[in-house]
Amino acid sequence: MKATIAETLVKEGKEMRSVYCQSLIDLARVDKRIVVLDADLLSSIGMLPFAKAYPERTFNVGIQEANMIGVAAGLSATGKIPFAHSFAPFATRRCFDQIFLSCGYAKLNVRIVGSDPGVTAAFNGGTHMPFEDIGILRTVPGITILEPTDSVMLRNLVEQVADLYGVFYIRLIRKNATKVYQEGSSFEIGKAVQLREGSDLTIIATGIMVEEALKAADTLVEAGIFARVVNMFSIKPVDEETIIKAARETGAIVSAENHNIINGLGSAIAEVIAENALVPLERVGVQDQFGEVGSVNYLMGRFGLTAGHIVEKARKALGRKAEMQIQYKE
Amino acid sequence: MLRKEKIKELRIFAIKIRMETMKEIGNLGFGHVGGALSIADTLAVLYGEVMKIDPQNSQWEGRDWLICSKGHAGPAIYAALGLRGFFPLEELQTLNKPGTHFPSHCDRNLTTGVDMTTGSLGQGFSLAVGVALGHRMDKRTNYTYLILGDGEIQEGQVWEAASYAAQSELDNLIVFVDCNKKQLDGYTRNINDLRDIAQKFASFGWHTQDIDGSKVAEIHEGIEKAKAAKGKSSVIVLNTIKGKGWSFAEDAISNHHMTINKDQMDEALYELEKELEEVEKE
Repeated sequence: MKATIAETLVKEGKEMRSVYCQSLIDLARVDKRIVVLDADLLSSIGMLPFAKAYPERTFNVGIQEANMIGVAAGLSATGKIPFAHSFAPFATRRCFDQIFLSCGYAKLNVRIVGSDPGVTAAFNGGTHMPFEDIGILRTVPGITILEPTDSVMLRNLVEQVADLYGVFYIRLIRKNATKVYQEGSSFEIGKAVQLREGSDLTIIATGIMVEEALKAADTLVEAGIFARVVNMFSIKPVDEETIIKAARETGAIVSAENHNIINGLGSAIAEVIAENALVPLERVGVQDQFGEVGSVNYLMGRFGLTAGHIVEKARKALGRKAEMQIQYKE
Repeated sequence: MLRKEKIKELRIFAIKIRMETMKEIGNLGFGHVGGALSIADTLAVLYGEVMKIDPQNSQWEGRDWLICSKGHAGPAIYAALGLRGFFPLEELQTLNKPGTHFPSHCDRNLTTGVDMTTGSLGQGFSLAVGVALGHRMDKRTNYTYLILGDGEIQEGQVWEAASYAAQSELDNLIVFVDCNKKQLDGYTRNINDLRDIAQKFASFGWHTQDIDGSKVAEIHEGIEKAKAAKGKSSVIVLNTIKGKGWSFAEDAISNHHMTINKDQMDEALYELEKELEEVEKE
């Protein structure tokens, strides 16, 4: 892993979907086994250039996600390397049994891409707004769950999972991400990236919440609080070592995710610290609610997913840390 | 057309599949008797004549695939594979015992010769479509055979896969529907009647046949006709009897999953033995 952090937070020029498409075109050129499946959202995910370049390797099954997952698993049984996409709720919630059995239990080799995670479903509203996809899939034994932060990481992870064997879920925003990493950065599945050093507490974030975490850390610095910031893009396997280290060295953790706080990143962190190094944990994320329609900005405010919410939780975590220290001394 | 001797050989093979199936389930004391016995004749034709397979090399790339989407018919598949020499027959007696390679439902990772993991009904169809697409991409000439239950086709995923197979003009996929008229809770017609199964597939653009699924010659002929239907996926609706070969199971209203004592197993084996003797005498 060699990740270099971008100096300033700006929106990327390219959409994530165009980088996803180009990555697969480049991979398919050298590896004949790469195939792409979709359930009538090829244009939404920007994959028409792939379909044009490799029509015989593009399978648009129509609006039938369960069948798509099964067909992908069947193709993999003959040695193909499938990438199957739909919007995240339909790619996970709608076909959980197919992912669990036809892919996981059958030990087949499938990559599932769920786009528009959490509030990025925006104007498609509550029906299309997955706050549960990570939670659903975490229960599939052996699955790998990745949430690329920006296009540099996306390309690197797509290249990696093409060469690995197993069931993978890539939680993908379609539009422009905020640039966090410099070109040429590489990442290791199961290893988080530390974006900022700090000793007072650690903010562990994934997806669009990485930018919010960095902004929150800036705000905290103004108050003399130094927050470590970690990008946990690999939600399963989660980087236990980094979490335990953060707990021991900083004594308090705030998790931040564009997902229900139940069974998402915050839960994964809670499991690790409860068993290894118990420190105060505050979870920023959707508080067990359904989604609704609106702009991303509106929804981030509505569901408590802003830098401000992280700052608030950070102060709460620090208060609990201080209390624990007093109790410990007594 | 099959020669007379071959027909006799396949009939004998089918009876032996039923006998081994009853020994597996009987020795354990319980199992999916009905749907395993009803499909034995088709398995005899597939594993005894039609399918390109190599018992010494179960993963042979040029082989034909069989996906039994009604995964609970596993014991009948294991019997056919064991009789064809994929593994020693005595291993079948470990059915469902701790650490076994022979679980209730088919598992590609456990049993030599089993091509796909199935058990959650409907899923085997999509898997079979994927496998057939993969073989076509590689320009292989092998076939993918799929067995569905007539209760199983109540699952919506079946019709998703059926429409996409037709759309893909998958003529290397041949599907059997084991129409044994019953599901776990009783007669399919009383629970959720799919009515004319062949007509339903036909409306999706499939080549369809409706045959007697207990006659090996008819099954063989059906497969030949299915192979001749170029550019179309093909379905063969097998009219079968759930529990076929053991009168007690045939007569039982509820024969999907049965508890069997030693005497019942002996009775079933006695009946099958007599049938075997009669066929051999012909």
